[in-house]
Amino acid sequence: MNLPLTIEETRKGLLDKKFSVVELVDEYLARIDRNKDLNIFLTVSKDLAYKKAKEADKLIRTGIGQGQYPLLGSVIAHKDLFLTKGVRTTAASKVLELFIPQYSATVVERDDKAGAIMIGKTNCDAWAHGASGENSDFGPTKNPWNKKFVPGGSSSGSAASVAAGLSLIATGTDTGGSIRNPANFCGVVGLKPTYGAVSRYGVIAMASSLDSIGCFGHTVPDVELMFNVTKGEDGYDATVKNSKTPKLKNSNLRVGIPKEYFTVGLDKEVEKSIMSSIEVFKKEGIEFVEVSLPNTKYAISVYYIVQPAEVSSNLGRYDGIRYGNGRRSFGAEAKRRIMLGTYVLSAGYYDAYYLKAQKVRSKLIADFDRVFERVDAIIAPVMPGAAFKLGEKVSDPLKMYLADIYTASANLAGIPGLAIPSGFNRLGLPLGFQLLGPRFSENTLFGLGKMYQQAVSYKPSLAIK
Amino acid sequence: MTSCENDLFVLSLLSMTRLTKADVVHVAKLAKLNLSDSEINKFLPQLSSIIDFIGQLNEVDVKNVEPTAQVTGLENVYRVDGLNSSNYLTQDEAISGTDKTYNGYFKVPAILEGRTDK
Repeated sequence: MNLPLTIEETRKGLLDKKFSVVELVDEYLARIDRNKDLNIFLTVSKDLAYKKAKEADKLIRTGIGQGQYPLLGSVIAHKDLFLTKGVRTTAASKVLELFIPQYSATVVERDDKAGAIMIGKTNCDAWAHGASGENSDFGPTKNPWNKKFVPGGSSSGSAASVAAGLSLIATGTDTGGSIRNPANFCGVVGLKPTYGAVSRYGVIAMASSLDSIGCFGHTVPDVELMFNVTKGEDGYDATVKNSKTPKLKNSNLRVGIPKEYFTVGLDKEVEKSIMSSIEVFKKEGIEFVEVSLPNTKYAISVYYIVQPAEVSSNLGRYDGIRYGNGRRSFGAEAKRRIMLGTYVLSAGYYDAYYLKAQKVRSKLIADFDRVFERVDAIIAPVMPGAAFKLGEKVSDPLKMYLADIYTASANLAGIPGLAIPSGFNRLGLPLGFQLLGPRFSENTLFGLGKMYQQAVSYKPSLAIK
Repeated sequence: MTSCENDLFVLSLLSMTRLTKADVVHVAKLAKLNLSDSEINKFLPQLSSIIDFIGQLNEVDVKNVEPTAQVTGLENVYRVDGLNSSNYLTQDEAISGTDKTYNGYFKVPAILEGRTDK
């Protein structure tokens, strides 16, 4: 069976009776089974998937109107941070090794109502702490393009699942780059929405002022569709705002190139690929200007104060009494972040670290606000280089933290980011770039992303045949 | 700030980049983490290098800068103060995450040990 690679192809194939939802589930399950060595899934929800598939096939037989069930038959994998009623949810931590949620996340319910078929729960860095996927308490996820390399993190399994064709689409969370980074390393499209655009209800919290709930797909229209299905108020997350996302404007767009993102430390092949992507945009009439985000160099420091502080607070609830195992079951990275966060919040240090960081954060935000008065979006690298080798950075946490340099600022400022593949390096590993925009400017990012993929006649390809 | 707090603050600034083993043990206690000696020895240099790194913020001038509290400009979000059965778990659901229950309640480790009245 030739797997459909977009939501639209899937829908068309189903409505034209080329295949059934049950047959799709058969195929994805077979692929999951053949690729167990990639360690992408922590739980496969086979029975539930077949139940939902049969229901969907029945719906198709009785007739489905245009626009009904926008994710019809699209097989989806959820990062194991999303609560799924009755299906084990671990956050890839031994603390929640046997945890069965009593309710589902808003995003899971909305995807389900839209006709998506959940196939399972994906591996990730435990509690979403990591940039490589190696911090999972259940072993690292492998990059489907080359098993010796990391898939990026923390939403490692979700990005790898889409890249390997083990699911059509997937969900993820992005607190400091955890969607854009693995999307970049695995060669798929990844969306980190504006903070507060999508409900965090039922998603295990990492750092509450930064957590952003997004998704992966092969094409920009697919992540746009998933975003539209999942966004908006649900009455359960008070930070969610039903903001009117402005329509893409008709006049020519102007995109900024932040000079601080294209300096020492950026891999030459990554830079070259972004520069040729800029040429593609220019041919489409997009204007580019150099812009400056002078406080970029402080982003990692601010992020590694604010984020661990919020982590230490959010992980305080795991006492092993009401559910889950006790605090001894935390892995090394979770312990490290709890310690760091507790330290920067402890008596005598709060002003020097946490308060100071929140003030520098205001300066970072002011940088972006000023730049977005002049440009509609920013183009930037996602990661300093392509995927690195498994084990290369595990012994030096600071080195791993520095990998977040191009991604963490967007979380601190609460702005959206869209990671788009732009080819492969000489080792055959994916390259890409990200587009950042003002808060609630997702439509502009989608517009630019679609323009790029159309201009290069983008054809999604799977890492595993 | 009282003079005592002031002294503490100055002291903390002085010791900011010098994390000691005692600091790690103290922080672990605050965070309710039982660390082994080998974990403490592993974390000490790792946390020290991260704390040295984030100390770079000392050089940033933040005079007259307000700290960030919220990024999308939300103010006072209200909800109806009423019951909605989809908003809470039943007692059985609430205790379904553990085997350590008694008569529909969570069983927790004893806080007081040994009775002195018998």
